Amino acid sequence: MNKLTRPSELEKATEAPLYAARKQVYPQSVSGTFRSIKWRLMAVCLGIYYLLPFVRWDRGIGAPNQAVLIDLPNRRFYFFFIELWPQEVYYFTGLLILASLSLFLMNALGGRIWCGYLCPQTVWTDLYYAVERLIEGDRRERMRKAAKAADGGVTLQRMYEVTAKHSIWLMIAWWTGGAWVLYFDDAPTLVRELLTFQAPVLAYIWIGILTFTTYVLAGFMREQVCVYMCPWPRIQAALTDEWALNVTYKYDRGEKRTSLKKAAELRALGERVGDCVDCRQCIAVCPTGIDIRNGPQLDCIQCGLCIDACDSVMEKIGRPNRLIGYDNDINIQRRMAGQPEIYRPVRPRTIAYVALIAGVGAVMLYALLTRHLLDVNVLHDRNPVAVRLSDGAVRNAYTVRLLNKHSTERTVTVGVDGIPGLKVHVIGNDSNGSDRPSVVIGKDQTEELRVLLTAEPDIRLDASSPVIFRITDVGSGEIATARDNFVTP
Amino acid sequence: MSDHTEIDAVSGTSTTGHEWDGIKELNTPLPRWWLLTFYATIIWAVGYWVVYPAWPMISGYTSGVLGYSSRASVAVDLANLEKLRGAKMAVLATIPVGDIEKDPALLALARARGKAAFGDNCAPCHGTGAAGAKGFPNLNDDDWLWGGKIEQIMQTIEFGARSGHAKAHEGNMLAFGKDGVLKPDEIVTVANYVRSLSGLPTRQGYDKAKGEKIFADNCAACHGADGKGNQELGAPNLTDKIWLYGSDEATVIETITNGRGGVMPSWASRLDAPTIKALAVYVHSLGGGK
Repeated sequence: MNKLTRPSELEKATEAPLYAARKQVYPQSVSGTFRSIKWRLMAVCLGIYYLLPFVRWDRGIGAPNQAVLIDLPNRRFYFFFIELWPQEVYYFTGLLILASLSLFLMNALGGRIWCGYLCPQTVWTDLYYAVERLIEGDRRERMRKAAKAADGGVTLQRMYEVTAKHSIWLMIAWWTGGAWVLYFDDAPTLVRELLTFQAPVLAYIWIGILTFTTYVLAGFMREQVCVYMCPWPRIQAALTDEWALNVTYKYDRGEKRTSLKKAAELRALGERVGDCVDCRQCIAVCPTGIDIRNGPQLDCIQCGLCIDACDSVMEKIGRPNRLIGYDNDINIQRRMAGQPEIYRPVRPRTIAYVALIAGVGAVMLYALLTRHLLDVNVLHDRNPVAVRLSDGAVRNAYTVRLLNKHSTERTVTVGVDGIPGLKVHVIGNDSNGSDRPSVVIGKDQTEELRVLLTAEPDIRLDASSPVIFRITDVGSGEIATARDNFVTP
Repeated sequence: MSDHTEIDAVSGTSTTGHEWDGIKELNTPLPRWWLLTFYATIIWAVGYWVVYPAWPMISGYTSGVLGYSSRASVAVDLANLEKLRGAKMAVLATIPVGDIEKDPALLALARARGKAAFGDNCAPCHGTGAAGAKGFPNLNDDDWLWGGKIEQIMQTIEFGARSGHAKAHEGNMLAFGKDGVLKPDEIVTVANYVRSLSGLPTRQGYDKAKGEKIFADNCAACHGADGKGNQELGAPNLTDKIWLYGSDEATVIETITNGRGGVMPSWASRLDAPTIKALAVYVHSLGGGK
C-alpha cells in the first residue's frame, strides 16, 4: 500500500463506482432575446422538415410532382427544378463541402451556432423539454416531483403526468418518423396508405426506427448525445480561434462573486467586487447542466439561454446586462488592460471561408446549368479489342450507353467522326442500312447499345486512332459526344 | 485494487497507476448507459453464438439452434430470383429465337443471361470475350464454319459439332498425308495453291497448274471448286483472311497431312432451352452474326 496516500482518500478511491450515474438536468424556463431566437428557429426548422414533402412541383405527365423527392426505386432525386441521376451524386459531395464550409464560417464568426440553434438534436430536445415543462411544471416542480417519485410516492396525478408526457413525446416522435418516409414517396398518397394500413412494410419499419430514435435521443439521451456521442465539439475545438465570438462569462466584470448585500458592503469599503451575485440562474437554465463561469467547455452547446437568464438578473439588480454574452478572450484581456473592445468578423479566416463557399457554389451552379440532358458513355470491348473480318476489314465493338434526362421520348442518331468511311452497326436495330442508325430512347431512361464499327480493308489505319461518337437528337438537334479509340489488330 | 492507488491533486479523482511521460491516467468511471450498452453487446454476442453457426470444432462447427446456413440462404435467394424472372424467362422460352432481337427488352435480357452462361460454359474454349484461339473459332468475326445466322448458331450450340449427338454437325477434314492419298510433294504444292486462294504469297517456282489439279481432284468436293467452303459440311472458306488453325505454309501442310476435326460439345443435355436461346442471341450480337 502506498504510504503517501491518506486513508480517507484511499477509501474514496477504492470505492469509486464502476460507472457514473447520469446527473439528471432540469433546465429552468427562461425568456429573453436568445430564447425567442430559438423559438423562431425551431418553428422554421420543424416547419421545413414536416411540411416540405407536401410542397408540389409540376414536372409534367408521368413524372412525380413532389418538390423534394428521393425516388429510390427509379434512382432519381428531385429537388424543385433539379432532377439528379445516380451518376450525378457528385452534387451531393458539393453540398456536403458547402455544408462543412458553412459550419466552419459559422464557427469562426459566432462559435457553435449550429449546436445551439440548428442541430436537430437541439431542436427536438428543446421541443421535448417544452412538452415536459408544460405538463410537469418548471425546474423546481420537476425536481420535487422526481424526488417524490424516487421515494415511492406514486400518485394518480403523477401517473397521469408521466403518461401524458410520454404519449405526446411518442406522438412527436411518430410524426417525425412519418415525415421522414414522406420524402421517399408521393406524400399525400403515402399518408393515405399509412392511414389505411396499405403502405409498404418498409415504410412502417422506418417510421418505427425513427420514432424510436427520436423518442430515445430527445427524450432520454438529451445532452448526453452532445457530450458523449457527437464528434462536432471535438472538431470545433480545433477549428475555433481567439476571434470567434463564444458564449462567455466575462470574468473581468463578474469576479469576485458575492451576494448583493455583501457586495454593497464591500463596495462601500472601496473594495473591488464583481457583478456576479452567484445566483446560479445560468446553471439552472442550462440544458446541458454546466456552469458557464468555468470558461469554454466541451459540454457547452452555446445556446445563449444563460445570457437571457443572467440578463434578467442584471436588470433586477440594476447592473448593465451581458455579464454573460457573446464575447472572446481577446476582449476580456483588452478590457482588463483598459483598452477598447475590438471585433473582427472580417479576417483572413472568414474571408477564406466565404471565398471557398462562393467558389464551390459557383462551380456547382455552373455544372448544374451547363449539364447535358442528353449524354453518352462509351466502353470499348477489351476482349478482343479488334476483330479481323474475312475480307480483311477491321471491326471494333463498343458498349454505348445513352442517357435521356428529358421527360419526353427522343429519337437520336448514332454517328461516328474521326475516321472517314467507318460503318456503324447497332445490334438489333432496323435502321442499320443508313449511315447513322437512329435509336429511340424512352423518357427519363438509359439505353445500352452494342455498336460495331467497321473499317473497310482499303482504309489505312494507325494501331489506334481516335473516334468520336456523335449522338444527335433528331428533334432538337442537341448533340452529345464521347471520345474513344479504334484499334487495329 | 492495486498498490498504486493515489489521488490526482487537480481533479480529486483516483488514478489507474498507469503513467506515460509523466501523464497519469485518471480512473474516471464510465457513464452508466455506456456500461449497460457494453454489457448488452456481450449478451447479444452470446445469444448470437447460440442462435447462429459460430464456433469452429475439430471436425465441423456449432451449427446454431436456428440451423441457419449461408448456402441454404443463397439457394433460397436464387429460387426467389428465378421466380421473379419467371415471366420474362417464360417469354424467352416460347418466342422464336429469331424474333428476340426485335424486342429491345428481350434482347437486353437474353444478352445478359447469355453473357453469364457464356462465361460459365463457353469461355474455357472460346475465351471470355469469345475471341477464340487456335482451333477454337473467334465468334466475333464473320467467318462461320456452320453458319452465322442466329438459328444456325443455336443449332450448333444445342447439338454441337462431331459431338456424338445424333443431330450434331458432321464432316471431317481428311488426313490426306497420313492416309497416303497424297504424296508429301503434292501436299506442298496444293498447300501453296490454297494459300494463293486468299492472296497469301506462295513458294517460288511451285507448279500452280498442278496444285489446281490436285485441289480439284481432292479438295473441291468439300471446299468447292472456287475454295469458298461449304457450311453444310463445316468446310471452311479458303479464300478469306481468317484461318482457324493458322495460315502459314507449315500449318497448312500439317492440316492437309493429318486432317482436322475439332469438337464442339452438344449443350442440349446440359443447359435448358431458354439459356441456349439466350446464348445464341448473345453470340449473334457479338458481331459475327449474319
